[in-house]
Amino acid sequence: MKARHFDISAQPGFATVAMLTFVLLYLPIVTLVVYAFNAGNSIALWEGFSLRWFISAAQNERVQEASIRSLVVAAIAATIATLAATMAALATTRTRPYRGLTFKYAFINQPLMVPEIVTAVALLIVFSRIKVWTGYSGIGYLLAAHTAFCIPFAYLPIRARLEGMDLTLERAAADLYARPWMTFRRVTLPLLRPGIIAGFMLAFVISLDDVVITEFVKSAGQETLPTYMLGQLRRVVTPEINAIATAFLALSVAIVTIFFFVNRKKA
Amino acid sequence: MQSRSPGRRFLLRDRIALLPSLMALVTIIFETARRQERVAANGWNVPGQADRNAIEIRDVRKVFGSGENPVVALDTVSVPIRENEFFTLLGPSGCGKTTLLRLIAGFDFPTSGEILLYGRDIAPLPPYKRPVNTVFQSYALFPHMTVAQNIAFGLEMLGRPKAETDARVAEMLKLVRMEQLASRRTSQISGGQQQRVALARALAPQPKVLLLDEPLSALDYKLRKEMQIELKRLQHETGITFIFVTHDQEEALTMSDRIAVMSAGRVLQVGAPREIYDSPADRFVADFIGESNFLRAEMAGMNGARARARLASGVEIEARLPEGFSPGESVTVVVRPEHAQLVAADFDSSMPGTIENIVYLGTDTHFHLRLDGGEAFVVRRQNSPNAASTFEKGARVGILIGSTAAQILRD
Amino acid sequence: MASAQEAAEAAARSDVRNRWLLSAPALLIIFFAAVGPLFIMLAYSFMAKGDYGDVKFGQFSLDGWFSVLFERDIFDDTLSLADANLSVFWRSLKLSVMTTAVTLFLGFPTAYFIATRPPEKRETWLFLITIPFWTNLLIRTFAMQEVIRNEGILNSVLLALGVIDRPIQIMFTDTAILFGMVYVYLPLMVLPLYAAMDKLDFRLVEAGYDLYATRFRVLWRIIIPLVKPGIIAGSILVFVPSLGAYVIPRVLGGGKNMMLGNYIELQFGQGRNWPLGAAISITLMAVVMVALLFYVRSATRGEAGREG
Repeated sequence: MKARHFDISAQPGFATVAMLTFVLLYLPIVTLVVYAFNAGNSIALWEGFSLRWFISAAQNERVQEASIRSLVVAAIAATIATLAATMAALATTRTRPYRGLTFKYAFINQPLMVPEIVTAVALLIVFSRIKVWTGYSGIGYLLAAHTAFCIPFAYLPIRARLEGMDLTLERAAADLYARPWMTFRRVTLPLLRPGIIAGFMLAFVISLDDVVITEFVKSAGQETLPTYMLGQLRRVVTPEINAIATAFLALSVAIVTIFFFVNRKKA
Repeated sequence: MQSRSPGRRFLLRDRIALLPSLMALVTIIFETARRQERVAANGWNVPGQADRNAIEIRDVRKVFGSGENPVVALDTVSVPIRENEFFTLLGPSGCGKTTLLRLIAGFDFPTSGEILLYGRDIAPLPPYKRPVNTVFQSYALFPHMTVAQNIAFGLEMLGRPKAETDARVAEMLKLVRMEQLASRRTSQISGGQQQRVALARALAPQPKVLLLDEPLSALDYKLRKEMQIELKRLQHETGITFIFVTHDQEEALTMSDRIAVMSAGRVLQVGAPREIYDSPADRFVADFIGESNFLRAEMAGMNGARARARLASGVEIEARLPEGFSPGESVTVVVRPEHAQLVAADFDSSMPGTIENIVYLGTDTHFHLRLDGGEAFVVRRQNSPNAASTFEKGARVGILIGSTAAQILRD
Repeated sequence: MASAQEAAEAAARSDVRNRWLLSAPALLIIFFAAVGPLFIMLAYSFMAKGDYGDVKFGQFSLDGWFSVLFERDIFDDTLSLADANLSVFWRSLKLSVMTTAVTLFLGFPTAYFIATRPPEKRETWLFLITIPFWTNLLIRTFAMQEVIRNEGILNSVLLALGVIDRPIQIMFTDTAILFGMVYVYLPLMVLPLYAAMDKLDFRLVEAGYDLYATRFRVLWRIIIPLVKPGIIAGSILVFVPSLGAYVIPRVLGGGKNMMLGNYIELQFGQGRNWPLGAAISITLMAVVMVALLFYVRSATRGEAGREG
């Protein structure tokens, strides 16, 4: 009989609990996805495979409208947030500590530290008053709120990338007659690109996912996909909501997968 | 209102029509101005033959930080560096050599003093306005560009025509023997090759002075030896003034025309390698470069550039004497281990001592001795296949120091 | 020509100016749509409540803060503890602590399992943890709802197995909220734990076995103390969002089983007590901030400990 060698890293029962965790993590998602393809009206009884709920969701005007709004808000907010975060990262990294640096860190990361519901009601208070004063109740409020909480998410990967960057490369460019702007365009920016892409995608996903702040800031008729779904959950649920969730899920997973590989390539 | 409006509209239309040509004009003016500047940066005028110092460091001080604990990195340094010479800044880490190099390159500004390039103070200029290029210790090759793109970068920034740039890049690739790897990424080539690309990149814009910041420290021993010869060849072929920073004394001695030995922010001695090795001006220099025996002594007699020094053991030896000493002063006598000879214990005018240890080192043997006065002394003797050592551990011997082997230094 | 010192000063000055100019957009946006409103809310918490929501501007009042803990009887003006508020606080605290404990219990072995896989497989396992982490929180809550509903998988399986003869009512109970929070916040526990275990030097474990320790003792005396910073980080990262949860209790807890987040919303909605809502919000924020500060301090100390 072959002797089993002693495994240094093993701990009894750990692998079982780990497997349980993975089952726990994926079982609900898998259930949700499976019932999106149910032919029947129920999310409990399986009545055969069908794409009818995907079609019905795609034809639902309110879903269409909410999806487009979600994507537009996420695209605009993530773009502005990434721009602002890139600039802020350039101003807060690779320098000796200066007056105001800690303040800037705290300020930029503030949306990460305050519970969403608190920010949401605070925005409700302020924006509702501004809405009354100005009479404007457009999408601007949603964009501003989303941009603000996207900034720290865009900032973190960009800052990490900048801090890992070799300062001598920029010095070398200056030594080779590149003016500051040229140094930035030809050396800093190309090397920073993976960080910027990662930051943008992160910000995009975060904006796309937001429920709480959107729910409190939106004016009437400004549903995004998550707030639409939240509203629907109160009613009798059909697999249509599973279909929407599945499509949403596919988009998130795609973005995260890209993010994962972009980030890995940098290392 | 009515009567004025056609005229207005005409003017407006006129302006709109003019706009593109106006913008073109502005672009041309702007571009020309930029080119002028670029030409100024690269066509640095070299003044008359009288001043042949490529770089002159004048009273440069550099203090980091302020308030309670300022750190003096450079303490009033003055060094002239001649045109076309291979000049080395040598010293232990933290002696200020790299700081000085950074000041010449323009990555930092001196706290006071001037840095003259062919007579013009460049200390306030940013790096991109100095016709000086650097080979970085880490090479700092742009990882997102190919070898050729790296070499072309400086010329491109100077706004040289494409054809000229291409020709120059090809020339540089040939100079550093990297023609085959022109389109490789810099991450796909070896350390030695990266080193060559860094050199080619810095040489491509034909700088007046090339700065090298410990460029060989990352290479292994054999490659380093190869690159030392390569560097000398490049310097010879290009005729560019090289300023080389290193902490490796052997590297400094083999490559340099002249060396400045630095310590604690000061330049202690400037001279040709031989001068520095044979007549160190300072105890630190004698200790840092090569190995030395230091003996306490008293000035017994002086005669011009020669002196008699009485050692602790009572033996008097003859030594070279720098200026500014007076008789009776207590001094240090420095003797290189290979300049002393082992003789029989009773040999005339030798210092008596005992062999405490014998270390065999391949090419030569080190004899560690204890002098009768109690001081330690090392004698180095080259090994030869037919002469076996006649000296054994524990033996009483004499040490003979030739009249040109010893030098007087201040205590 | 300018001297070197002047050039240095000019460069330093333009550096400072550029740094502020570059960070200005980010700071302004966050000020306008995040930090600024928090200060206004702080001001609101010190005003008298309006009759139909909102506040009476300029009317200073401590009622908002007062009613966080106490209520005054309408008739005889006696003071008593505000039971409704306290029960919400208690539920929030209890569920957050339980969530943290359960996620730690599940997350620790999982992180350890991933950290002890061969390096090339670790990425894949980690990726499997990351995917749910980035999936929309609402979708995950909804997915959990499908599992625990009366007609959901859990009850169906238990019924089929004959363990129960009637579906267990889980939805709209505290248990449902706990299930949801554990499910949603589990990745937040696993990731920092993994980060700490990834750095674990297994030669120390070998040394433990070499010195006659049993598996349990190695775990208890060597592994757990070494990954303690990760345990603290994971616990705080789970506890903080649990305390401020809003979507999960709203969907899984129904209307009655409120947590702090829902209770705050209530004050701004039907409750029409904005000052109270503002005061509770600020209290919640303060608690969270303290927890995060503790986290940052322990994280940096852990860093320093490893260095030294």
